Amino acid sequence: MLHDKPFVLASPDHGRMVITAANGLAQKEGIDIGMVVADARALIPSLEVLDDQPETLARLLNGLAEWCIRYTPAVAIDPPDGLLLDVTGCAHLWGGEKQYITEIWKRFKAFGYDISIALADTVGAAWAVARFSPNDRIIENGQQHMALLSLPPASLRIEASATERLEKLGLSQISQLISMPRSALRRRFGAQILQRLDQALGYEEERINPVQPIEPYQERLPCLEPIVTATGIEIALQRLLDALCHRLQQEQKGLRTVVFKGYRMDGKIEKMEIGTNRPSCNSKHLFKLFEVKIESIEPASGIELFTLEASKVEDLSTVQEQLWGNKMDLDNVELSELLDRIGGKIGAHNIHRYVPAEHYWPERSFKEASSLNETIQTAWKVDRRRPLQLLSRPERIEVTAPIPDYPPMLFRYAGKLHKIMKADGPERIEAEWWLHDGQHRDYYCVEDEDGYRYWLFRSGHYDAAKSYQWFIHGFFS
Amino acid sequence: MDTAKANIIAQLKKDILPLQGFKTSLNTLALDGIPAAIKNAFPNAAFPLGAVHELIADSLEDAAATSGFISAILASIMKNAGSCIWINRSQSVFPPALKSFGISPDKIIFIYLKKEKEILWAMEEALKCTGLSAVIGEVQDLSFNASRRLQLAIEQSQVTGFIVRRNPRSLTTTASLARWKITSLPGELPAGMPGVGFPRWNVELLKVRNGKPGSWQIEFGAGRFRQIPKVAAIHPQQQKKTG
Repeated sequence: MLHDKPFVLASPDHGRMVITAANGLAQKEGIDIGMVVADARALIPSLEVLDDQPETLARLLNGLAEWCIRYTPAVAIDPPDGLLLDVTGCAHLWGGEKQYITEIWKRFKAFGYDISIALADTVGAAWAVARFSPNDRIIENGQQHMALLSLPPASLRIEASATERLEKLGLSQISQLISMPRSALRRRFGAQILQRLDQALGYEEERINPVQPIEPYQERLPCLEPIVTATGIEIALQRLLDALCHRLQQEQKGLRTVVFKGYRMDGKIEKMEIGTNRPSCNSKHLFKLFEVKIESIEPASGIELFTLEASKVEDLSTVQEQLWGNKMDLDNVELSELLDRIGGKIGAHNIHRYVPAEHYWPERSFKEASSLNETIQTAWKVDRRRPLQLLSRPERIEVTAPIPDYPPMLFRYAGKLHKIMKADGPERIEAEWWLHDGQHRDYYCVEDEDGYRYWLFRSGHYDAAKSYQWFIHGFFS
Repeated sequence: MDTAKANIIAQLKKDILPLQGFKTSLNTLALDGIPAAIKNAFPNAAFPLGAVHELIADSLEDAAATSGFISAILASIMKNAGSCIWINRSQSVFPPALKSFGISPDKIIFIYLKKEKEILWAMEEALKCTGLSAVIGEVQDLSFNASRRLQLAIEQSQVTGFIVRRNPRSLTTTASLARWKITSLPGELPAGMPGVGFPRWNVELLKVRNGKPGSWQIEFGAGRFRQIPKVAAIHPQQQKKTG
């Protein structure tokens, strides 16, 4: 969508929107990083401006680095916008260095990335050439000295202040400073410039810190003979669970969702999935959750490979085992295992827990808790009487009320006439106009001649147009 | 001679209770919120926990009174810490109202299930879980077998179970320890005061294993029960006769 339009990413800075990145089309029109969005709009009125999300870049770079492991085992991230690949002994697999680079460039192009790539003996030289050299892409063995000569000092990865000072002194090319006495360079521009120069030329070793992708939490179990029986599946499941739970335990992790797959002889995949309320690495409990679902697996001609993959893994919060007595609270492990079992059989959407919400409107005065251990942020209100049984939606009733704002005398609900003996109220609850339209409610707590207590309300004011309506909303205990 | 006999009989009764599967040691948790008169209806004068209580509710209003009574008892069971599971057909309990009974509504897990079979299954599973204080389930009918299963589940875990039976078709024998019926009574306020007053119930203990059934009038206010001395109710018809 965006590839044929000029667009930029911008983030607020001192009350203005400043461009943090621009695509090729925008750059062609003269838009550069650091420009104010208003100025850029003057250049291209149709400029697309998107908010810059700083964490996206790091995530993206990490993802690309992990993807690049296909080209070499050692890939490092070079923030803010680079990747370093140690390709020693890898390029010949693609038929040479040139093909290797072209392949990488093409694949990135296909993803939609404009990249600049260079290959050299040292990290520093490759970094400089990739960013500052217009033509060279591959620097032959030992040629980094030559390649660097015509590049600006900024290509040395030195601090901006040092670069600025060099520019001020008219040193616009590395060739001008490379022959200077080292002591003079150190005195004027700091030790960093010498180190960077040595690193780029290969006199000093530089190490990269390769990314290490997390190995997926997956276990496989190939079978010699295809499995057709439930017992066989159970044994396979038990073995996979034991192996996976052992690994999770070693790493202090617990799984939240796990998928068990059986690859059938005829190419079909049978699978079952379970989820838990809290991270768990208890293979016994997980097996119980799977047990009720085993019958849903159809082995048909036989299953030849089982896999078990934990798709959601979290850090295990180790609960201090209690020495005596078990604490009956919501963080009880047995309780969460029970809820897993119930949720696994009849659906987790049937299980609810509520926390208070800061609303007076009765239907909104509580909300679903996101998890079992979510703590309440505000206290439950007890200042007003609330009925224990609430109708899911208020029902219309017919009412006889003497004068405005007095509680009703009679009301008819579900075909029965109730004579009101005692009443409390009204308690006015305003409609939250910022959330929904509608009229306010005047609530009355009433008791009829049988001693039953109801929660009634009138929606709207008494007026000549009779726009008000009476409802029953709940039953007091 | 008579007192000696009475003593022997009392001793024998005490000896029979454990033989009938009545576990005393686990049932002695003092629920000080419950009126002594109700406690006296049970063996050893203690409200039995770790048992199934069955409560009959014929109408929506009765169901509200019943859940009020359960909530009031639940408050004393869960007084220190604890959590509870409440299994319904659909959302009918208004969580914020539970707070006025002294229960923290966020300590309760609500499960909504459509089928009675599923409710009973979930209840049985929940009653097996020692990490809970109580389990409440609402069903229409309860067969003897189903109630026996619940009672067996409890025997290991000692969780207290409440079964609310909404509009039961027939009241057959069940393995529940007690069968209750709670109905609303008109509230009473000091003379001349307006308003509705504290909830008041007529608590009927229809059946109880090894105990004495009875009926009491109680009021629940300010976090505790208060028994109302039974005044011989003057029926309107009686009034007419005298008048």
